[in-house]
Amino acid sequence: MTKPLLELKDVVLKVNRNTPEEITILNKLNLTINAGDFITVLGSNGAGKSTLFNAIGGDLSIDGGQILLNGKDISHESVEKRTRFLARVFQDPKLGTAPRMTVAENLLLAERRGQRRGLLPRGLNHHLAHYKELTATMHNGLDDRLTTATGNLSGGQRQALSFLMATLKRPEILLLDEHTAALDPRTGQDLMHLTNERVSQDKLTCLMITHHMEDALTYGNRLIVLHHGKVTYDVAGADKQALTSEKLYSFFAEIE
Amino acid sequence: MSLAVSAIGQGLLWAVLGVGLFLTFRILDFADMTVEGTFPLGAATAVAAISNGMNPLLATLLAFVVGALAGLITGLLYTKGHIPILLAGILVMTACYSVNLRIMGRANVSLLGKSTLFKNHLLASLPQYFDSVVLGTVVMVVITTIVIYFLQTELGQGFIATGDNQTMARSLGINTDNMKIMGLMVSNGLIAFGGALVAQNNGYADVNMGIGIIVIALASIIIGEVAFGDLTLNQRLVAVTLGSILYRFVLLIVLKLGFSANDLNLISAIILALCMMLPVFKNVLNFKHLVKRGLDTND
Repeated sequence: MTKPLLELKDVVLKVNRNTPEEITILNKLNLTINAGDFITVLGSNGAGKSTLFNAIGGDLSIDGGQILLNGKDISHESVEKRTRFLARVFQDPKLGTAPRMTVAENLLLAERRGQRRGLLPRGLNHHLAHYKELTATMHNGLDDRLTTATGNLSGGQRQALSFLMATLKRPEILLLDEHTAALDPRTGQDLMHLTNERVSQDKLTCLMITHHMEDALTYGNRLIVLHHGKVTYDVAGADKQALTSEKLYSFFAEIE
Repeated sequence: MSLAVSAIGQGLLWAVLGVGLFLTFRILDFADMTVEGTFPLGAATAVAAISNGMNPLLATLLAFVVGALAGLITGLLYTKGHIPILLAGILVMTACYSVNLRIMGRANVSLLGKSTLFKNHLLASLPQYFDSVVLGTVVMVVITTIVIYFLQTELGQGFIATGDNQTMARSLGINTDNMKIMGLMVSNGLIAFGGALVAQNNGYADVNMGIGIIVIALASIIIGEVAFGDLTLNQRLVAVTLGSILYRFVLLIVLKLGFSANDLNLISAIILALCMMLPVFKNVLNFKHLVKRGLDTND
């Protein structure tokens, strides 16, 4: 039986607090994420998708409600603390990697996500063989560039590396924020396939924002739609499989 | 000959500043003005402590600690107080001026007749100027080794990542505020340590000795990079020391050309500006490209 891994209860998040421009981005949002869920997140611009991720990640503090991880309130934990269970891949390939550090150094950094970093030598050489194998699974030449500074990689390679870094140390929750949107269609599709493979293989719990309705329908076991800061649509399992893009389009036409 | 030895010795002593500034300027990727205050702060601390009978080595280490405290204040103003780093540095630098006058009691304190790191049997037995070469070499080998080791540790890698991509560093659980504070503390500690060494070498501390320090420290970093080209991080740290020595030779030549010591700040600024603009010149005056274009039109 699945159990709730992450629960958002009546989460309220405002920007420009206490000014005339105050806007409520998340408006009493409720969402229960079960362990093993692969949820695709749809919604028009400004619906609150990225804000939802920032609320879960701790980049934005919430103004009301609760965020629970395995029943424990984490609403006020810092970004750094939350990285113990949370990994993210950003839309912009530049955000996910350190440009002046090599591919292997970036992977090594990610291997200690959320853990204490002390004054012990980093031990890069012990990991090189493993990293070579790992990057070879991306089939994009990353394995030949382990000692290259990531700033010299292509956008596709950087984003593939960001994805590897996010999943290297198994996260309890993986947040993918349109991580294929900045890539050309083919590279994007390749990374999408790899993402699906890795998420199902490792049985990761994952939320993925996308603007591709096809991707949202093809991948994952559950689909949610955000609108005006609330989850307005939530289907899973067989219901999701029965869903078609026509039905989704008509749903979007209805709520707009 | 003795002038060359003197230049090498001075270059080695001043190289401490280059390595200190490297941590903030090259790794954390911002210019920290605090150093203009922590250099005389280190000098004042060491001179005052030695004048009061403290062992010179302890006094020099004390200068490191006091400099690190100044760096801590800059770091707190920057990370917790959200003051832009340039202004945070200038605030602490300005405050240091008053603190330095308090520590010394007046604008200039001499070490005449007092013991210093340079006045021991071993160093005193060497020919003229070799004392700073020997001491400078020992200091730079120790400091460079420690910094290189640190940068290869798990913590050091987190420190580098903070300067490289803050968003990523945070998303991997690295506390970037703490990394910046740590960097500013060690950097300013080293600068103050350098101030203590230079003051003992000169035989006095002066409240105005901090003016232009950031330019001198940057010059050793940039000259090292320009002279030696593409290097790994560890090699670049060694290049800072060599850059510092090269810079002293440039100053030597400038003085030989008939400029006075009063012109040195102007000349240092010009040298640094030219070195930093080198990439722009290379683009504008792309000789290879020009030659190639000339040949192409002949085809």
